[in-house]
Amino acid sequence: MSRVVLAIDTSTSVSVAVSAGADWAMGWSDDPRGHTESVAPLMRDQLASAGVSAADVTDVVVGNGPGPFTGLRVGIVSGLVFAHARGIPVHGMCSLDVLAQQALEHVREGEFLVATDARRKEVYWARYRVDPDRPEQDRAVRLTDPAVVRPADLPEEVRSLPTAGRGPVLYPELFPEPLAVLDVSAGVLTGLALQRLDAGVDLPVEPLYLRRPDALTTAERATP
Amino acid sequence: MSTATRIAASRSTDQPLVLGLETSCDETGVGIVRGETLLVDAIASSVDEHARFGGVVPEVASRAHLEAMVPTIERATREAGVRLSDLDAIAVTSGPGLAGALMVGVAAAKSLAVALGVPLYGVNHLASHVAVDIVEHGPLPEPTLAMLVSGGHSSLLLVPDVTDDIQSLGSTIDDAAGEAFDKVARVLGLPFPGGPHIDRMAREGDRVAIDFPRGLTTGRDMERYRFDFSFSGLKTSVARWVQAREAAGEPVPVADVAASFQEAVTDVLTRKAVLACKEHGVMNLQIGGGVAANSRLRAMAQERCDAAGITLRVPRPGLCTDNGAMVASLGAQMVIKGRAPSDLALPADSSMPVTLVQA
Repeated sequence: MSRVVLAIDTSTSVSVAVSAGADWAMGWSDDPRGHTESVAPLMRDQLASAGVSAADVTDVVVGNGPGPFTGLRVGIVSGLVFAHARGIPVHGMCSLDVLAQQALEHVREGEFLVATDARRKEVYWARYRVDPDRPEQDRAVRLTDPAVVRPADLPEEVRSLPTAGRGPVLYPELFPEPLAVLDVSAGVLTGLALQRLDAGVDLPVEPLYLRRPDALTTAERATP
Repeated sequence: MSTATRIAASRSTDQPLVLGLETSCDETGVGIVRGETLLVDAIASSVDEHARFGGVVPEVASRAHLEAMVPTIERATREAGVRLSDLDAIAVTSGPGLAGALMVGVAAAKSLAVALGVPLYGVNHLASHVAVDIVEHGPLPEPTLAMLVSGGHSSLLLVPDVTDDIQSLGSTIDDAAGEAFDKVARVLGLPFPGGPHIDRMAREGDRVAIDFPRGLTTGRDMERYRFDFSFSGLKTSVARWVQAREAAGEPVPVADVAASFQEAVTDVLTRKAVLACKEHGVMNLQIGGGVAANSRLRAMAQERCDAAGITLRVPRPGLCTDNGAMVASLGAQMVIKGRAPSDLALPADSSMPVTLVQA
């Protein structure tokens, strides 16, 4: 049985892909405020382009982030609800892992970073190593947990590693080795998820916020 | 509703089966109606998570919506005894409300529409508060005068047709009525949300113990702000009164303050609502929104409407606060009246004007 996968990532721009064996389609939108508007039309259009109907989809995959909260949630809730409505499984994947896999087009060996825009002068980041012994679709091994940091607070030897994501575009003086990979591709997300699912890895959907909501409890306000 | 009626309702096929999603504030609401019959109203509230912050925190609400969305949809369909594949349309609150919270519901509704291949209706939250009474008390008289009072809104609306013609007669120029309840509750050391606590305390108190101001009810204000409200001055006046007592080392008569404050709010609301009915020749008043659950407001509105010969409709308290059934009810009216669905690219609009019923 071949899988028909709907993949959605809204941690960077909006990327939606549908893969049905040899037939696949991918679309994206980079309107930073347009996540809510664009995801559903992209879902409808990619299904049509791949020549399948909503009822044909067997699996949904979403990017868990990290990413700006409001946009991130739009993709995750879209995937969760679609899967529930069709009665099919939904899987989640760290979006930084997807960018790391995309970066392998430009890094052949050694260690590298993924750093994406976390706003407020911070980046979401993780450190990776290329492992040539692993399957081609899943060759970037994550060495650190996804985290949020002010880029200047990263040690220089870390910042100096080749870096994928928009971190180097936003802070070129702090990330001197940019890789030409900016936004998450739902197509690569699909390949990575299928590889891990076939390897028996459990892929829970869980938004990676990495920050508490901005608010003080009444108790915290009382104790300055 | 009895099980037998519910099954009969869900089996009838000539009326549209519509699911409504509401996420404009801190309630994740999923309601399902068959035409003008309510099948289920499922709610997941994050109010307890906000209580420790002393008010609704948008990011906390948005996170809770994401977690609650699928479980609440699942509960709604199970309790209604329907399958998602039976639905004829999806309706969703597209505004006004908290932007991030709205987006969770709008995205969920669109995804449902794509997954099920059914039309989507993005509708106005305030119009839904009016339309909910159709599933409670039957078709709306046209026109109806609606007063919506909640933590976010205080509006007087003239409603010739709830699916496409709502006119704003007035609204609050500062705090919403429910906001005033929350702030006064805080002054009195009562928990959030303040409405139910003040209502309960007020039953033990003297409504005329303290003569708190009635904003925008006299002289020139009644010309310029005839059907508008102001509760900010009232809130300040209560706070000053309490502070003066405390400064003088005297005990604060919490029940009397609560009762007198509540009396001032409900006096202004009902006085202006009845006046609006009279001046627009409308003999039907409907009250909705969370503050419509207030027992004194319901009683005073009934008295004053009876005296003026106005028919008053107030949905049960559970349908006055934010819920999905109200969205489903408005969505069903849209389908019944043959309105065109919304575009799948519809945005969430945090400041959607009440005069725009459908996005």
